[in-house]
Amino acid sequence: MTQIIFYIFGAMLLLSATMVVVIKNPIHAALFLVLSFFSSAAVWLLLNAEFLAIALVLVYVGAVMVLFLFVVMMLDINLATLREGFARYFPLGIIIALLMVIAMGMVVGSDYFASDTYKQISISATQSNTKLLGLAIYTDYLYQFEIAGAILLVAIIAAISLSMSKSKITKSTHPNEQVLAKKEDRLRVVKMKSEEKKG
Amino acid sequence: MRTDLIIVIPEITLLTMACLVLLVDAFSKDPLHKITYWVTQLSLLLTLCALFYYSPDYSYIAFNGGFITDTMSVLLKGFICAITIIVFFYSYEYLKENELLKGEYFVLGLFAVLGMMIMTSAYHLLSIYLGLELLSLSLYAMVAMQRESTFATEAAIKYFVLGALASGMLLYGISMIYGVTGSLQLTEITEAINSGVVDRMYLVYGMVFLIVGIAFKLGAAPFHMWVPDVYQGAPTSVTLFISSAPKLAGFAMAVRILVDGLFPLVDDWQAILSVLAVLSMAIGNIIAIAQTNIKRMLAYSTIAHVGYLFLGLIAGTASGFAGSMFYIISYALMSMGTFGMIILLGRYDLEAEKLDDFKGLSIRNSWFAFIMLCLMFSMAGVPPFLGFWSKWFVLKELVASGFIELAVVAVFFSIIGVYYYLRIIKLMYFDQPDTMSAIKASQQMRAVLTINGLLILLIGLAPNSLMRICLTAFSG
Repeated sequence: MTQIIFYIFGAMLLLSATMVVVIKNPIHAALFLVLSFFSSAAVWLLLNAEFLAIALVLVYVGAVMVLFLFVVMMLDINLATLREGFARYFPLGIIIALLMVIAMGMVVGSDYFASDTYKQISISATQSNTKLLGLAIYTDYLYQFEIAGAILLVAIIAAISLSMSKSKITKSTHPNEQVLAKKEDRLRVVKMKSEEKKG
Repeated sequence: MRTDLIIVIPEITLLTMACLVLLVDAFSKDPLHKITYWVTQLSLLLTLCALFYYSPDYSYIAFNGGFITDTMSVLLKGFICAITIIVFFYSYEYLKENELLKGEYFVLGLFAVLGMMIMTSAYHLLSIYLGLELLSLSLYAMVAMQRESTFATEAAIKYFVLGALASGMLLYGISMIYGVTGSLQLTEITEAINSGVVDRMYLVYGMVFLIVGIAFKLGAAPFHMWVPDVYQGAPTSVTLFISSAPKLAGFAMAVRILVDGLFPLVDDWQAILSVLAVLSMAIGNIIAIAQTNIKRMLAYSTIAHVGYLFLGLIAGTASGFAGSMFYIISYALMSMGTFGMIILLGRYDLEAEKLDDFKGLSIRNSWFAFIMLCLMFSMAGVPPFLGFWSKWFVLKELVASGFIELAVVAVFFSIIGVYYYLRIIKLMYFDQPDTMSAIKASQQMRAVLTINGLLILLIGLAPNSLMRICLTAFSG
């Protein structure tokens, strides 16, 4: 039973991931990406990693992808320029992809990974996944956890410093300046002779 | 746990100070960001002090195998901090002159240094990866900082996309290694490989991806595509930063992964690195000849230098690794000086980034023409300058390990490389200048650049002093 479910979600994952790359419409591509996240979350659930599965759905599907869709919809993406190099690089890309698939197939598909040398880490369904993960993160991986915190801080600093610029290229308005503007700043009264009617 | 915390005091100091700099900059209204700049320099100095005060003289593994402090890490971290102090000095002059000054430049720079320190001391593949990401994220933002420039934005996007791809490769390699050895900790990986239960093919498969990640981050051919565009497009101060201290961290990452972790696979990675080294030396040295932009030319020269750096690793002996370390430290010194020269010659809205801008420099200012001569001779590898000794030590170890053909190829390409360095010297000494405008740079800038240039000559006259330091890093 588990195997059947695994194959269904595995196939769905592969299919949607392929569609993300192949499909023309960026909105559809983003939606397929959502589907691929869902399928991988389902695969994780099968492995009893419920915390990771939920986090994937909440963080990626719930937050990141919605933002992503917003960005795609707000930008005026020219499909023609996106497709431009496709035909030219396609043959080379396909050769490299095939080589990679063969190499991966030789390694991952071999008996070695199917053998008993590497059994799935056994987590019983009764143990709380979140608690185990929390214990590992705050004890064994404390150092790495702190570094991840620093990385997030850098991300905030970088995002703010890049988007909040006082330069000319942003088209933000300054209410204060608008209110303080006087008639003389905007209006120029030009003295000129009145035109005479001809004829 | 208490000793663990004492061991990481240098990192904690830097992190705290970086946050302090962030706050100081938020509250200071100075358009020249003077206080931010001085607090930044102070934090690097404090880190340097903490480093030498709190580092034990034995190697110690802390945080459940995630962190190591040994002679190599202490030395490299010291050099990283010292080099960054000079880099920030040049950067401040450049940013002030070009009105690009932003407090975030220094904050991100400090976080980049923190990332480098973490990479240097990482003893766990996860720490290596996180340190690398901390460094890369800061660098992407620094490249993009000049928002008005389309070149800088393009460079940042290229750097970011290709960098993300390389991180993906590295992660895939890490996951393969984890899959077959069951651990991410470097000593445990070595033990698992030595125990012989793991088939070599799976390990090599994972290792190839790790090497791709390393080669990309260092800018070795054929993963060098981002280097010329980023070097040319980024503001010179950022190019200067990217080409100096992060190379040391990249070297440390290579040593941690290949020597500390995967040393049982030395025969396999020697072969892969040989291909990368020959390609880098060929592509770097030959394409550099065709460049007319000096930043782009130096980018190709970096690619070539990374090739030579790999030669010391290929030698596979402790003295070979020390040779590589000597190479990368001297490269950082030279590249810093050369980009310093570009900053010195540039003025507002007119960067000296064309080769022609160096025409007749000896007539305009003979002293700095001489400094540039030292830098170029050193880059080319002419004795008695520092660059000669770095090539000498690397090649000596390579021959001692029996890779004579590789050494011959390296010498051949370095002779090709001499051409484009000598071309700059020819432009400076035998051509007439286009303008006679005097160099307008501050006294401090002139003084520091002079020291930088003379250091290359002085260490070149006594190379063994630096080499002895490098050797202690790998003697344990």
